[in-house]
Amino acid sequence: MTSDESPIVLPDDPSFGDDVQVDYPGYRSTRLRAPKRPLVTLPEELHSVDGPVFGDETVSELDYDLTRQHDGEPLGERIVVAGRVLDDSGKPIRNALVEVWQANSAGRYKHQVDQHPAPLDPNFSGAGRCFTDDDGNYRFITLKPGAYPWGNHENAWRPAHIHFSVFGRAFAQRLVTQMYFPGDPLFRFDPIFNSVRDPKARALLVSEFDLATTQPEWALAFRWNIVLGHGGSGTTPLEEGHA
Amino acid sequence: MSLPKTPSQTVGPYYAIGLCRRVENELVPLNDPAAIRVIGQLLDGEGRPIGDGMIEAWDAAGGRWGRSGTDADGRFSFVAAKPPALQGAAPRLDIYVFARGLLKHQLTRMYFPDEPEANASDPVLSSLPEADRAVLVAEQEDGAVRFDIRMQGERQTVFFAL
Ligand SMILES: [Fe+2]
Repeated sequence: MTSDESPIVLPDDPSFGDDVQVDYPGYRSTRLRAPKRPLVTLPEELHSVDGPVFGDETVSELDYDLTRQHDGEPLGERIVVAGRVLDDSGKPIRNALVEVWQANSAGRYKHQVDQHPAPLDPNFSGAGRCFTDDDGNYRFITLKPGAYPWGNHENAWRPAHIHFSVFGRAFAQRLVTQMYFPGDPLFRFDPIFNSVRDPKARALLVSEFDLATTQPEWALAFRWNIVLGHGGSGTTPLEEGHA
Repeated sequence: MSLPKTPSQTVGPYYAIGLCRRVENELVPLNDPAAIRVIGQLLDGEGRPIGDGMIEAWDAAGGRWGRSGTDADGRFSFVAAKPPALQGAAPRLDIYVFARGLLKHQLTRMYFPDEPEANASDPVLSSLPEADRAVLVAEQEDGAVRFDIRMQGERQTVFFAL
């Protein structure tokens, strides 16, 4: 079978808007885990409008720099990953807790379940945290993660990505997602990436190479903004139909 | 003008690297006189434990938050206090479920078993069919409160739109 005939990735469907298809069949683990019944809509006024406030002790000074968590330097392509956390009206969300985790440059996670026969790096744990500043900016220094194989289908590989977890102002703005790198040849084969069915929405998961943020003689840079919903039930009326 | 939201993606199997680096499952300290243990199991559509899930609990009334990964048996646990009832609504915890295979986290609510009257008059609980109400009320178990989460099946947990 040629890749053009691959059944793993379904054709685009712009009607999904910025949502993800939670029962996307190409991603096999959804089969027994995605809820089958329609979501119940809460009355807007009952939806909580606030979220957890994290103390300064949540983040230590070097948590934003994944290359300086050990005695030696990790191997790989050093990069800056930076951007802003915004609400859907474009206003910055300050003091948002942003947490990231990723594979090392060889595509291996420092996790006992990951048995990919690629080397672990004793100088790389692959986790970082920071708070956004008053303009909603976050910034990490890390390594470009490697692509890695997974068991979803024959010869399945994840495009390189960094996992992101973000807390907005309201708990209803909570977002866990993945940031990808521009031009990855694996995009068209990856069911997780393509579970976002609208190509315009999918593009929002891809960072941009950012020459202005690169550090000469030291690191390349990628820029990626994160837009959270405004929180509250009924912000995404399409969601119920796709539950 | 409204900006399009960044879409959700699964937390994947390795979230513990980034999200479980420290113990964060205590919404209140263990020695708080009001502390209650909240336990439960996260189960898939065949009733099997989901060993790579993560649960976040948010007590909106008390402003308290915690999270717990699930173990190989799909078990999670929290130390929480029962939130005060607010505006005619029964005390509850908002529960967010994350897992490999879940492309977007799911929101449910845990109500307390020793609040039959408040639960009966809660506007959200009382708007649901009886079987669904029962699924959202935790059970007493050995001095703890037990709240199992079923992603699918006849007794699927009720999940709310975000
Ligand atoms: Fe990953």
